[in-house]
Amino acid sequence: MMNLSRLIGALGGALILTACGGEPEARDTSDFDTAYQSVLHEALLDAQPGDVIEIPAGRFAFDRGLSLSGVSGVTIRGAGMDETILSFAGQRQGAEGLLVSNSDNFTIENLAVEDTAGDAIKITGGDGVTIRGVRVEWTRGPSTQNGAYGLYPVLSRNVLIEDSVAIAASDAGIYVGQSDNIIVRNNRAEYNVAGIEIENSNNADVYGNVAVNNTGGILVFNMPNLPRPGAGTRVFDNDVNDNNTANFGQAGTPVAKVPAGTGILINANDDVEIFSNRLRDNRTAHVIISSGHSSGFSDLGVNAQFDPYPEGIHVHSNSYEGGGNNPDSMELQALRIMKFGPTGRIPPVLWDGYVRSGGRLVDGALPDALRICVTDAEVLNADGPNGYANPQVDRQAFDCAHEPLPAVTLEG
Amino acid sequence: MRLILAAGLALAAAACADAPEAVAPAPQPAFIAEGRPAALEAWGQVAVRGDALVLGEGVTAYDLNTALFSDYALKLRTVWIPDGAGPAVYHETGVFDFPVGTVITKTFFYPLADGGFDQVSAAGRLQDHFDGTQLDLAGVRLIETRVLVRREAGWEALPYVWDDAQRAASLQRTGAFVELTLISAARAAQDFTYAVPDVNQCAACHVLDARDGALSPIGPRARHLNGPFAYADGPGNQLARWVQAGLLAGAPEPELAPRAAVWEGDVTLSGAALDAASRAWLDINCAHCHSRTGPARTSGLYLEPWEPDGPHLGRCKPPIAAGTGTGGRPFSIVPGAPEQSIFVHRLETERLSDMMPELGRSVTHHESAALITAWISEMSGGCG
Repeated sequence: MMNLSRLIGALGGALILTACGGEPEARDTSDFDTAYQSVLHEALLDAQPGDVIEIPAGRFAFDRGLSLSGVSGVTIRGAGMDETILSFAGQRQGAEGLLVSNSDNFTIENLAVEDTAGDAIKITGGDGVTIRGVRVEWTRGPSTQNGAYGLYPVLSRNVLIEDSVAIAASDAGIYVGQSDNIIVRNNRAEYNVAGIEIENSNNADVYGNVAVNNTGGILVFNMPNLPRPGAGTRVFDNDVNDNNTANFGQAGTPVAKVPAGTGILINANDDVEIFSNRLRDNRTAHVIISSGHSSGFSDLGVNAQFDPYPEGIHVHSNSYEGGGNNPDSMELQALRIMKFGPTGRIPPVLWDGYVRSGGRLVDGALPDALRICVTDAEVLNADGPNGYANPQVDRQAFDCAHEPLPAVTLEG
Repeated sequence: MRLILAAGLALAAAACADAPEAVAPAPQPAFIAEGRPAALEAWGQVAVRGDALVLGEGVTAYDLNTALFSDYALKLRTVWIPDGAGPAVYHETGVFDFPVGTVITKTFFYPLADGGFDQVSAAGRLQDHFDGTQLDLAGVRLIETRVLVRREAGWEALPYVWDDAQRAASLQRTGAFVELTLISAARAAQDFTYAVPDVNQCAACHVLDARDGALSPIGPRARHLNGPFAYADGPGNQLARWVQAGLLAGAPEPELAPRAAVWEGDVTLSGAALDAASRAWLDINCAHCHSRTGPARTSGLYLEPWEPDGPHLGRCKPPIAAGTGTGGRPFSIVPGAPEQSIFVHRLETERLSDMMPELGRSVTHHESAALITAWISEMSGGCG
């Protein structure tokens, strides 16, 4: 199989550079309050359904991960994302800062979680998850050594993430995985490898966010070997700018192959509508549409049910400015110069060119419902199936439209 | 069913100042239906008498064929079912169905390494210190005892931490850190922090079906118990003994029951024995989370012993949300190439964000890493 990194970026060099020498240091927490941690710790152990756990303004140090398990209706509330700071810089135990499992109708708001060893806030198996006004950050800035995910609901239903900030996650700042009924709105994601990522999830609305200075701004992914393939995501009215930070993801992770300079990336996901976003100065391409064939999987390591093709994609009504001028790969750079001249740009939308054969085809053609439709920009078909031999710019082949996807309504 | 015994009172009365400790009565096991007793002694499952940790009356010690690694600690496991509550019901694959009232304990301890109270040895076996009825406290350090009690509403977990005097253990719901120095068999010293989990963290391992979120024991299953134990009156098969003792009903003869391999650190295995030991190790160390119902089902990696070879068992499987835990490697298992396999990185590393299991260890178990390294080395085919 071809590799996204071969298609779009040879990332190894960038990775090694970011991991060497002179890294800025994380926030000094030597004057943080160490006594408060036992108060919050016990409040979480004693939590009863419906409890509101108020955390005062202050800067608090924690040396072990916190967890909440099997209690519904709990709210954890601080005094503001810059006023109530929980630092895990001295963490000695636990893979997350806060792990919430099997706790429905959980809310966390108005606080910051900093410098966790692994994921900052992981919420698994909840129906009704609200994250509001929360900042998660690795304070030394981008580093491969940072924790993977910032805000991380997974296997959940009715998820709302709003007015939050995620900075410098070594995987995704805001990541919703294997979930259903999701709204991610009015957040800011910066200096992460992936700013916002929706993975193997259904019915997601991602709007009103600012994704800036990540490696890739907003990702809609499907990975193999998981019980649920994702479909049905709307990405609209977001500002997706300057996502040009060198990829600092750990090699081997799916996002480590995302080329720097990616605005919005769809990989192997279906029924995705991308519209009314403002994309500016993403140096590889504003929108990339790719298949599982570009992900560097081994044929032996993918379950038979996995559908690698992105289908039912609709890109329309976005504005594009700049970008495509300095793609994060030698091959694409060469292609850019050859096809568009020394000062030319890769078109706003880049597609790897893989189309299914057989199966769902009707008379040898993709049914309309499965097509990739792009009506607001030119598309560069990279011709992946033919070894990238003959990339072509096209508009006509993508001149189609899908019915608008319905808005997500959270239940409960 | 409610069965509240006032064991605490009886014990307190017995421990009058002039009574010689050696003749103190055996602990009386108690099912405490509600609340969280502050002292381990209240449960009457294990207690210090003289220079030994003794079992309560009717309490049965047991061991697992292959056990979870916990920073080289040795473990004394016990089970007790109140009179009249009836035996546990046998299952071929799942945890036995224990009646309300059942109390299971696990005491974590280390042999001392002759260098003081904080210098503990990575070498040793339970049977070096436990004679079938009591644990000789000479030359060991008790760290913690975890209690799992089956109440009306389900299982509950309570961690107790032993005092420096090694006489009593008290409830530490928030867990604890214990600073120790581990002395390996080759006399190498490593400072480490032994972490006692908090009550909520118990759920991170003991919730076997994340969909219902209920706590459960992990070890007491046919395949883990179907092996020998050195009882006071001689060796015996644990399944057969449990049936004899009225702890278990519905079990077949041991030779007809499933049986996980016994693995105690042998790094010289090959072939079928290596495969069996590796699968048994992955089962007890990983599969409580990495199953199709467990908390780590998010990863698509399933390590139960009946899982067939393929991506879900790790073969050429790309990581989902491993983050830095990949160690820079592409797939969970690259057949024939342990140095490229995420599995081996996860076992060798001591980084919080990378290591597996996520809880319950601070140091690398070199023997486990060697076992899984050998297992992957013997595979063939690569990932293409």
